[in-house]
Amino acid sequence: MVPISYYSTLSAVLFGLGVIGFVFKRNIITIFMAIELMLNAVNLAFVAFSRALGQLQGQVFVFFVIVVAAAEAAVGLGIVILIARNRQSLNVERVNLLKL
Amino acid sequence: MTAQMAIFLVLAAVAIAGAINLILQRHPIHSALSLVVVMAALAGLYLLLDAEFVAAIQIIVYAGAIMVLFIFVIMLLNAGVEERTNMSHIASYAGIPLAALLLLELAYRVARASAPLVAQPTPEGATRQLSLLLFRNFAFPFELTSILILIGMVGALVLAKRDE
Repeated sequence: MVPISYYSTLSAVLFGLGVIGFVFKRNIITIFMAIELMLNAVNLAFVAFSRALGQLQGQVFVFFVIVVAAAEAAVGLGIVILIARNRQSLNVERVNLLKL
Repeated sequence: MTAQMAIFLVLAAVAIAGAINLILQRHPIHSALSLVVVMAALAGLYLLLDAEFVAAIQIIVYAGAIMVLFIFVIMLLNAGVEERTNMSHIASYAGIPLAALLLLELAYRVARASAPLVAQPTPEGATRQLSLLLFRNFAFPFELTSILILIGMVGALVLAKRDE
């Protein structure tokens, strides 16, 4: 039997790697993928704790997280296409109109 | 070491290696493929946790639909290798320490809080109970998600449409 703390540790490590990718990547599509990685880490924690508490509500929440991730990917990638068309670049450093 | 523990360690190693590879690769298509590896490993972990339904939708929706959308956009935009740029000062000085601080905080909380948690036996027919929960107790949020998906669809169309 694998202890639940192993799953939560793995979830924390994956979330941390997602944060690092979000901060350090320059390509806007890769930044989106880092966000998906963080959502996946949270899903793993949800399922692990749902197992630990013997309740299924956690899995229902995973379902909702996946639905929101799908909607977010659709709208986000629409924005990415728009940015790529207007700026001819996927680099987030070029998207700086609001920067001081 | 039990067989379950061995499977967990292998899948966890694959997931972490995939996540590190996602960060290290400079071409977005390689990052996308590493993310697919992470998602497949996580689906295996869900099976290990007796969450068959979540494992199935992880493969079908995440690794199938969402990642296909990502790869489609990468190919549509012909995204090349990431340019190297100078990092902003805040990111270069505070980024690594803050990420390490976040990891330490999470590890501390996990190490302190998870001692009494032992996996409970899964109830018989968990997927059936999950569907009852989803369509009875969570019926209203479930209907709301369909509206969310509709708004997402319309939004993506409006954003990506070419102006005449």
